[in-house]
Order: sequence, then structure tokens, then C-alpha cells
Amino acid sequence: MEWEIVMGLEVHTELATKTKIFCGCSTAFGGEPNTHVCEICSGMPGTLPLLNRRVVEYAVRTGLATNCNITRKNKFDRKNYFYPDLPKAYQISQLYLPICRNGFIEVKAADGGTKKIGIHEIHMEEDAGKLVHDEFSDCTLVDYNRCGVPLLEIVSEPDFREASEVVDYLEKLRAILQFTGVSDCKMQEGSLRADVNLSVRPKGQAEFGTRTEMKNLNSFRAIARAIEYESRRQIDILEDGGKVVQETRRWDDTRGVSYAMRSKEDAQDYKYFPEPDLPPIEISDAFIEKVKAEMPELPEAKKRRYIEELGLPEYDTSILTSDLAFVRLFEATEKLCQSPKDAANWIMGEVMKLLNDSGTLPEDMTLSPEKLAAVINMVKAGKINRGTGKTVLEKVFSQDVDPETYVKENNLAQITDLSALRPVLEEVIAANEKSVSEYKGGKTQAMGYIMGQAMRALKGKAPAQEVQKLLHEMLDS
Amino acid sequence: MEIIEMGALALGSAIRRREIGVREAAESYLDAIEARDGDLHCYNTVCRDEALERADEVQKGIDAGVYTSPLAGVPVGIKDNICTKGVKTTCSSKILSNFVPTYDATVVQKLHDAGLVTLGKLNMDEFAMGSTTETSFTGATHNPWDVSRVPGGSSGGAAAAVAARLAPVTLGSDTGGSIRQPASFCGVSGLKPTYGAVSRYGLVAYASSLDQIGPLGHDAADCAALFAEIEGKDKMDGTSMENPKFDFEAATAGTLRGKTIGLPADYFGEGLSSEVRAAVEAAAKTCEELGAKVETFPMPIVKYAVPAYYIIACAEACSNLSRYDGIKYGYRSEHAENLMETYVKTRSEGFGMEVKRRIMLGNFVLSSGYYDAYYNKALKAKKLIQQSFFEAFEKYDMLLGPVAPTTAPKMGESLSDPLKMYLGDIYTVMINIAGVPSMALPCGFDKAGLPVGMQFIGKPFCEAEILSAAAAFQQATDFHKQSPQQD
Repeated sequence: MEWEIVMGLEVHTELATKTKIFCGCSTAFGGEPNTHVCEICSGMPGTLPLLNRRVVEYAVRTGLATNCNITRKNKFDRKNYFYPDLPKAYQISQLYLPICRNGFIEVKAADGGTKKIGIHEIHMEEDAGKLVHDEFSDCTLVDYNRCGVPLLEIVSEPDFREASEVVDYLEKLRAILQFTGVSDCKMQEGSLRADVNLSVRPKGQAEFGTRTEMKNLNSFRAIARAIEYESRRQIDILEDGGKVVQETRRWDDTRGVSYAMRSKEDAQDYKYFPEPDLPPIEISDAFIEKVKAEMPELPEAKKRRYIEELGLPEYDTSILTSDLAFVRLFEATEKLCQSPKDAANWIMGEVMKLLNDSGTLPEDMTLSPEKLAAVINMVKAGKINRGTGKTVLEKVFSQDVDPETYVKENNLAQITDLSALRPVLEEVIAANEKSVSEYKGGKTQAMGYIMGQAMRALKGKAPAQEVQKLLHEMLDS
Repeated sequence: MEIIEMGALALGSAIRRREIGVREAAESYLDAIEARDGDLHCYNTVCRDEALERADEVQKGIDAGVYTSPLAGVPVGIKDNICTKGVKTTCSSKILSNFVPTYDATVVQKLHDAGLVTLGKLNMDEFAMGSTTETSFTGATHNPWDVSRVPGGSSGGAAAAVAARLAPVTLGSDTGGSIRQPASFCGVSGLKPTYGAVSRYGLVAYASSLDQIGPLGHDAADCAALFAEIEGKDKMDGTSMENPKFDFEAATAGTLRGKTIGLPADYFGEGLSSEVRAAVEAAAKTCEELGAKVETFPMPIVKYAVPAYYIIACAEACSNLSRYDGIKYGYRSEHAENLMETYVKTRSEGFGMEVKRRIMLGNFVLSSGYYDAYYNKALKAKKLIQQSFFEAFEKYDMLLGPVAPTTAPKMGESLSDPLKMYLGDIYTVMINIAGVPSMALPCGFDKAGLPVGMQFIGKPFCEAEILSAAAAFQQATDFHKQSPQQD
């Protein structure tokens, strides 16, 4: 039987606001435990939440960028459950009136075309703290630093049929969140987390199968693997005549398996009800217009501009706009070196290779546009050749050296004065009598060897064309 | 006159005239507390040393012209559910019996800034749940008029302290009558402000959409003076609002002439004791004599008030009280082996019966499958109640009615029959649901010599109007001047 996989995503993203959603504490990642904490975010008796307006602005920005309708009268609700990382024993969230609804993101479909993935809703909520198990004293400690960091939960419709669609959606969504300045989307710091709801059904069947929800997916690669594993697991169960159990499963990326965390029967009753401590938030036309006017350029718009104004091929624009770090590097470098195509080529070629080889994430890259442009400009001006350029860039990348100083100190600049070549070539000719006489005897292939010896003597710092021309001049006469 | 008999404004005035020192005033009260509070148990915590130290500071401030409030130098008692930095705030619960806040509630900060001197923290029903102050973990407060009777609740300590002259003014909180009902039982005056008129920041929440902090005092003018210090929008409380209408002069002017007063017929129906009815009807006559136009009108929604109130209040309470889990502060069971046991045992051992009852009720009405039948229906009732007040206020400037169906019951009578106790809230809870202000004041005595209270219910943010009406009534009567016989 042919099976179809049906998936929906719940994405949590931490917002890049400076302060928490309901108090003035810092949202900075890291920090000594319980140092970004006050009476409010630690849930002390008598305290009240105070809404950070910037969170509403970011939520509206995200909604507009994903083609959503914006809810004009917003309310918060309480989601009640006990856990030590949740000091109030309820999370302030939005159930009844989420701030954004009915949007979509366009993704690459498996058949090569495009496909709209519906966004069911986006709502605002607060993050919980973190439990740290201390092996040494065998006790669990709580760090409330993350408590109250603003989150958006972005819930898709069950529109995905292929893992590749899921990954493309997440890449698009991440780019939107980064480009709008809403989130830095660092998966390894937990500022972008995705849960996958997955079911399978015989191809052609209208109703959905029983779904499971997978958590703890910490990278795009883990997501793709978990989807493969879970769809296989469900198909195997069904093909053996069994039934899929509705449950929440945890992905173990090291072992490459998922296991059940809790079934539907253990599902908590969160007893949602309207949050009485926060007055409703009215979103006016003027506010939406203001957010629209201040909206940073989104990936699609950037692509169009790169094609139309900078003359880049579409392929380049897709790669460059896949991450805000590339965009920032490209736009600044392009201006400094006055050559969009050179900037694009260097980023797509050398920079990405260096990132890959060193396992560095784009957002952690320290390479400055000034230094990249300096390398490009030196190559363009013929001051160094492309190969030397790559070597210099590698040093810049790994040790943040100054490219011009590095070239100078290591004597890497091209020999531009042709008269300086002649004495070196004379030495080469003298030292390779055998090859020279072979060449002169009509064995033209010998020139290749002489050329190689010449370039080695020149340490590659002379333009090969000029060297060859001069050799011919000296030997052919 | 003895210092402790003076009342807050008179004492403040004497302090400003340098006739009485701030330390002298504080000492008088602290000595009275030491002498009498052993029997009455109004206070959970008395801050003698801090109060005297603060009194000296405030005296210097007054002498230097820093403190200019009419209440500068006046002592004040604070209900034990209002956070005081460095001073235990227990909500009269075992679960918070060791809790010392790291911050001051906004109202406490405001009183500090105005130069008032905190005497201590006042007993209450546990987490403000109760109508008698008997659910307190620290033991019941006794009614100063008859120590075998309850002072009312939940602000029983706050009301009894004013009646027994153990504080000139106090801060209480009112979620369903918790200022007005004990004020009524103890023969003192108390104001439940409009929802949002006073910041709730630092008030340990019972039912967030209904809770309000308010003043209790000898008379309406003292309440007006204390209210003037605490009211106003607070950036720490998103539900608080500016009240441009409030004006202390107007609030103490004493005006009933030309006012139209509605008497809700359903406030005078079955269940109301004849003595309370007689006293409130006589008071309505007095209002007429003072130039008000009084008229009875139907308000049938009254019968839905108690069930709607207990559903909304308990729903919010079960969520608000979930944070007392033994993890971060407060009581933690010593018998727990794991996380679930920590929760279950801490909460089983830490909360009293009435609190547990309301937590369970709240969880029930919010449970999936019951939410629409209870909580949503209660919200609809809330809308209708608000609507009927709105309609009443299109016809009347204010409403007048009894505060409670009876005078103070004997100790022990109420807890055995919680349903009866809940029904005793019938005249007060509606006001919280509607969010309107209400001023409770004494209007007579029953045959046993126990005070009877009535309430002027006002339009939103019209505290000045009802305070002024109460002041007019008090200028013409002397019920509020009576104080319990001391042994």
C-alpha cells in the first residue's frame, strides 16, 4: 500500500526583546543562574505582570510577514500546570484570541513547484525556567533566568506531506523571524524549537490517521531524521494490523529513535481561563500601519532587489538570503568592493566552505565585511592572485588577521614590475638546461615543466600569463 | 481625649500642630495592642521596634517639612495579605507562615512616602477566604463588642483593630465584602473602592478580577483621607486606573441634599434579619431628612450573585494559589520523597479546610467539560449584574442597602455550615462583580448591642460621592462614635 505522511508544526521562538514579557529583567542567554530574575518573573506572592509592548509589536510584525490576519482585541489566558520551572504554576499564554490567524508561508513542494503552508495561529506567551540536575549532590536545581522570556508559538495547519517541505518551511520561517528582527533563532540556545505532529494514512484517504507529537528536535537534521523514523514506525504498526497510539514522543538524536513521553490518557487538563491581571490589548489600524512602515526588508523582497538592482542570478540570491548573517555580510561587502557578483561568489564559495569546515554557524561568524572586501579588492586589483586570496581569507577567518598587513608581512603581493621577473627566469633557464634544450629541440611539452619551475621560483606571486609570455620571448628567439 | 480615641485625621492634625509627637502616638497604640490584643488577636505581627524607629524618622521629616499629608505621623495597621518588605506576610496561612517579602506593595510604599507609621500586620481569614476570620491559621480574631462573636471577615483583624482602638486606620482588602462586612460587624467605616482605583501590586491575590485594597477607620472622613493616599494609577498594575474625579474636599464635604438614592428591593427580601432591616430603613429615612430622594426599585439579579461570585472567585483562586507548591518559598512538607509528594503533601498540610474547599471548587469549574456549564455561565451572569448596576445608575446617584443579613454571629457557628456562610455574602459580592465602589458604615445596633452596618454603593470612580454621603449621615448621627465597652 502507498502511504501518505501528514504533518503539522508547532514552532516556539524566543523574541529578541531586551527585556522579558512581563517585567524589566534581561532576556540575555547564559548568565549565572537566577541573576536575571525579579519578584515578578519568579512569581512572588502579590506581584502582577506588566506587558512589554515590544512583544505585541514583534508578534504583529511576524503576523504581517506571514500573511496573517491580526486580532484587534487581544486577551491573555492562563495555562495552569505544576512544574518547578514554572514559578506561578501557570503560564500566561493566549488560547481564545491569539494575536495572528490564518496566514501562510510558501515553500518548495516536492514536485519542484511551490506550495502554501497554512498558519493556523501565532500567539504570545512566556517561557519557563530551566531545571538543572546536579549529579554531584544528586539534586535538581531551578534556574529562573529564562522564566518570562517572551515567546511566539507559531502553529501551522497539517499541510506538510514531505520532510523536505518541513525543512524548507522552517528555513523560510527562520529567515523571516531573523530578517524582521523578531528573533535570533539560535536552535542550539533554544530560541527556535519545533514540535512535529505526524500521522500517516493510505494515499487517497480523506480522513487523518492518529497522530503523535514529537518533541526535543534540536536541529533541522534531527527533524528530518525524526520524521523519517516516526513515519516508518507508524507505517510498520499499521501494516502489522496495529493501531497508532496518540501520544507525545521524545526524539533521542544520539540513538536515532523516539520514545513515548505521555499518552493522551495522561494529557493534562490545563484549565485555561482569561488572565485577570492583564487588561485586553486593542490593536489599532495606526499601530498596524506603523509596524508595516517599519517592517525590515523580507527575504523575498531582498531576492527581487538583488536580481533587479544588483544583477545577481536567482540561484545566488536564494543562497544569500537563506540566513541573515549572509545578507548582512553580503550587503556591506558588496558596497565596499563595488562588485555584487564578486562579493556573492566569495561568500557562496570560500566563506561557506570555511564555515562548513570549521563547523561554525553563520550567526557566530566573526568575519567582518571590511576584511572580506579587502581580500576581494586585493584580488581584483591583481595585488594577490585568487589562490593567495583564499589563503589570506582563511587566516582572516581563523585568526582575524588584517588582510593587508598579512599580505605585506608575508611578502605575498604579486610582482607587478615585469623587469624584476627576467633575472629570476634567467636563473630558472640556467638551472634546467635539459628541459630547455628539449624545448628548443621541438619538444613543446617541456615548456610546461619550465613554467612550473618558474612559478615555484616566483612563489606564485607573478601573473602566469606574463611569466609564460616572457619565457617564450627568452627561449623562442 | 485619649490619643487612641481620636481617629486618624484628628490625630494627624494634632501631630502637625506638635501637640502630639509621632513616637507618642505610635507608643500609645503599641501599648494598647500589648494590653488588649492578647484577648482579641487582631494582629499576626506587631512591629514595635520598627514602628518606634520609623516614628522618630517621620517626626524629623514632619519637622523638616518633608511630610505634609494630613495623615503624616499617624499609625496604621496593614492586613496580612499586603506585602511589606522585611516583615512577614502570612495571609494567615501555614503555607506562608515564614514568608518575608522582598518588596513593598505599592500601597505600603505610598503610605511610607506619606509618613504613616506601620504598627503591624492584621489577622484575616486564610488567604481572605472566609467571612469570620476563623479560618486563620494563627487563630480567630474576636469581636471587640462581644468576644464570643466573630469580627466578620476576611479583614476581621483590620476592622476589630479600629473598633478596639488598636489602630486609628487600617488597610484591608475586599474581594466579596471582606472590608465592608467586618466593618459592619465591628461598627466601623470601610470603603471598597472601584476595581482599579487602588493598585493591587503587592496584594497577595485571592481572586484577581475582584480584589481591591481599601481603608477602614472610625468614620468616612478618615477613610477618605487614607483612600486619598493610596488611590491612583500604578505602572506596576496594568488593571489600575487614574481617577480624575476623586477630590478629598468633595469626599469629606458631607452631601446628601439633592441626591437620588435607590434601595434595591431584593436587598430587603427573605433572609434579612428584622433588626438589620429596621436599622437600614431608619437610616434611609435619615437620608431623606438630609435632603436625599429615596426610592425602592427591583433588582432581581441579586439571586445570581452568590453562585456567580463563588465560581469566578474560586476559579481565579485555584490558579492564584497554585504557586504555593513548596518549591520556592513558604512551607514545605518534610515527609515528601519526590516531586509529586512535595506538591501533594505541602499543599495538604499547608492549606486549611476552607482554602482547600475553594481550590477544589475552582479546579472543578475550570475543568474541561465543565467550563461552559459553570465558569462561562458565571461570566455571563457577571455581564448581567454589571448591566443591572449600569441601569440602576441611570436612575440613581447611588444605592443604599444592608451590608450583611445579620449582625455578628457567635464564633464556631459559620464554619459548620459553609453554604450559610456563603449566603451571608449576598449583599456584598455583587458590588465586587460589578466593580463599583461601596462605603460601609454603622447605622444602628441590634438588641444585643451589636453594630448594624449599611452601605452606599456608588458609580465607578465616584468614591467621593459615596464618602461624602456617608460623611453627611455621620454628621447627623452618632452610631460611628460608639465604641465597645472595655473591660
